[in-house]
Amino acid sequence: MKDNEKENKDIFEKVWGFFASVKLAIFLLIILALSSIIGTIVEQNAEPARNIALLAKFFGDSAAPSVYNIFAKLGFMSMYDSWWFVSFLALFSINLIVCSIDRLPKTWHLIQTPLRPLADTAIRSLPIKKEASFNTGLNIVKDEFSNTLRTSKFHVHEASGEGSFQLYSQKNRYSRLAVYVVHLSIILIFMGAMIGMRFGFKGYLNLPEGIASDVAYESPTKEIPLGFTIKCNWYDTQYYEGMDAPKEFQSELVIIENGKEVLKKVIEVNDPLTYRGITFYQANYGMLQERTHGDFILEVAPAGGQGNTFRLKFGEPFEIPGTGITGRVVDFSPALTRDRETGRLITYADSMVNPAVAIEFSEPGKPTYTGWILRRYPETGILPGGHRIRLMDYWGIEYTGLQVAKDPGVWLIYLASIIMAIGLYICFFISNKKIWINIKGDKKTVHVTIGGSSSRNRLAFENEIDKILSHASKAIEGRST
Amino acid sequence: MSSSVFFDISAGAYIAAMIIYVIYLVTRNRTVGITATSVTFLGFLSQSAAFIIRWANSYTFWQAEHPASGVLESLLRGAPLRNLYESLIFFVWSIILAHLFIEHKYKNRSLGAFVTPIAALALLFIDVSGTSKELQPLIPALQSNWLLFHVLLSFLGYAAFGISFGAAAAYIIMVSESRTEKTYIFWSVIIGIFLIILIAMGIDFMSLSAAERAQLIQSHFLKTTFRSSSAGIAAASWAAGIALIFVLWYTGLGLKKVLNNLALTPAMLDDIAYKSIAAGFPLFTIGGLIMGAIWANSAWGKYWTWDPKETWSLITWFVYALYLHARFVGGWRGKRVAILAIVGFIAVIFTYLGVNLVLSGLHAYGSE
Repeated sequence: MKDNEKENKDIFEKVWGFFASVKLAIFLLIILALSSIIGTIVEQNAEPARNIALLAKFFGDSAAPSVYNIFAKLGFMSMYDSWWFVSFLALFSINLIVCSIDRLPKTWHLIQTPLRPLADTAIRSLPIKKEASFNTGLNIVKDEFSNTLRTSKFHVHEASGEGSFQLYSQKNRYSRLAVYVVHLSIILIFMGAMIGMRFGFKGYLNLPEGIASDVAYESPTKEIPLGFTIKCNWYDTQYYEGMDAPKEFQSELVIIENGKEVLKKVIEVNDPLTYRGITFYQANYGMLQERTHGDFILEVAPAGGQGNTFRLKFGEPFEIPGTGITGRVVDFSPALTRDRETGRLITYADSMVNPAVAIEFSEPGKPTYTGWILRRYPETGILPGGHRIRLMDYWGIEYTGLQVAKDPGVWLIYLASIIMAIGLYICFFISNKKIWINIKGDKKTVHVTIGGSSSRNRLAFENEIDKILSHASKAIEGRST
Repeated sequence: MSSSVFFDISAGAYIAAMIIYVIYLVTRNRTVGITATSVTFLGFLSQSAAFIIRWANSYTFWQAEHPASGVLESLLRGAPLRNLYESLIFFVWSIILAHLFIEHKYKNRSLGAFVTPIAALALLFIDVSGTSKELQPLIPALQSNWLLFHVLLSFLGYAAFGISFGAAAAYIIMVSESRTEKTYIFWSVIIGIFLIILIAMGIDFMSLSAAERAQLIQSHFLKTTFRSSSAGIAAASWAAGIALIFVLWYTGLGLKKVLNNLALTPAMLDDIAYKSIAAGFPLFTIGGLIMGAIWANSAWGKYWTWDPKETWSLITWFVYALYLHARFVGGWRGKRVAILAIVGFIAVIFTYLGVNLVLSGLHAYGSE
């Protein structure tokens, strides 16, 4: 029985030692770094044809399909959730947890062990050493060094011997724990990611202007019920003046519950709408294929008069108030421009980059005439008589592309990020510093030996010790004169 | 004066400084050393002025387009860190800042000969890559408060990694005993590839018309040499490339004598490489990975999607995490960690440029 127990213990220790080892950590970091490269070259979750074309560049047309099949079997086509990559990540987190548990007690012991006075020879063998002597009383020197150390936030202890004192002090001893804090934050990030995968979803929703939906989609066939209704009032792309560079993609969204409007917000890229834990992000936009219920929204103002807004169907007539001039929309282009070579008007894009309407005007006793009015160039809407017509929108023919996400783990990711930032800062910029000062003297002179060590950044600590020495020296001189 | 005048002054100053630092390496004349530092510092001041002027112009531009924006918002949106050109310029600024700091701290000018070439190469890259230098309007995806902090901290991190690369490269020469050592061969191949790509891009640049230059990276990258449609030119390019690596390998060890004559010691270089990584790692983790993830979440609802840019920054992180662990708890020392510092910076370059040149992803706007 005893032997058996011992054997079990040995096996346990071996397994523990394996998972706690630095070698495993180094191996995993190398393997994760190398294997991650594959997924940045092979396009992930793409159509097979795309990757076969890519592979043909390296292996030739005839070999590419079979190479593709081997790669697909190895999980390269969706490698970051393949069994082997996830296993490496799992091993990485086990390694992280086990090595932290393995080392933490030792570090804790180091922190908790009280600092002890050192013999003069031991002080002299520390990485940083300084010496000084003063022509004044022993106690003055001791007090001033003690005060200076305290103002530098050191915890000072005192030991006295025959005709001598020793001040031994340290600060920031808990900074030695920072590395464990960083490790913990990585584990928390993994946990947050798992919560998100288990209890959240990532979906999308293409919502035409004026249309409402109470589901989002994870895939074309998989609906996710939202638990409320969302409606898109309008979608709009704004452009920088005189450029085709987009300035803003915006949608006005309305949340409807039990037939009542409960929330309305204009969302933009980087400024989403969240309701009941579900967030709607502006991700995309486009034009509908079928244009059955589009409304032209025109602002019409007679010369010198106020503007009136009209909502018009294709071909529906309107009158410029009080003028007898009537017009009707006879053509529409989502992106109108003049061809540089032929000078003819052409449509140069499928999206509403530069929407324009052709309006046919009729005036009693005059021949009809037609003119194009461009939304981004309002001056095109000024008629010969000074009447103004502006194209505000062609509403109902665009849809807004929404990214829909619910991630109940994201708060943990944010918390872990803050913890990691603090941990990294302490880990690299704050060190455990220890100073021993031996003060020995007869009636005339006092000899001071200073020794110091730090867990990191010796150079900066040496500067700090220099400052402590000069500060204390000044104070001592001040008191002895 | 416009920002481009100040920028041209600084570019000229850095290239001059590089030459003066090399002269200093050879002559070890104190006056030459002081001149090198002064020229670098002048360049730095001039570039800071260029940066501030560009920021001010871009602030005005944003205000004109968004009159409702407050001062703080316009400052954040106007930060000139929006595209390849602006971020590379900022990289140069950060690496020079880090260099001046180290020179002051270690009281040793020799490192300048290794750091100023990185800055000069980046400037040369900016010029030959033909990236647009115009003030560009901020597209919606970039209109976020995270832009400034994400790019700022990432690039300060990259600059620190750049310094560690310079120090590690110098370290390897100093400790190499013969040309047949694997580390030395590794060194010559890596430095050789850097030079070859830059020279090849320079040839691309010269062979293209002004209009085509804007598309150099996207559609003409190395097309006049290594990727030439003529098999003969491609073969000659490879031969010339290999020859250049050979020359570097053959003569590189001569640098050792120069370095040995200076006050530089391998221990000091090792210390600089480590300290730069110790400063760069938290900056890059917080600014690059964490802020990038938070920004992605607020823009797209996904904090991590394994797109190539994210994955390569994680690979970079793995390499530097490996460096720190191998050195602190794994007992790795000397050449092995120096190689890791070099590999880490290659990953940085690939994260920043390679992904945009070779791969594509959500960050494709960076290549404009």
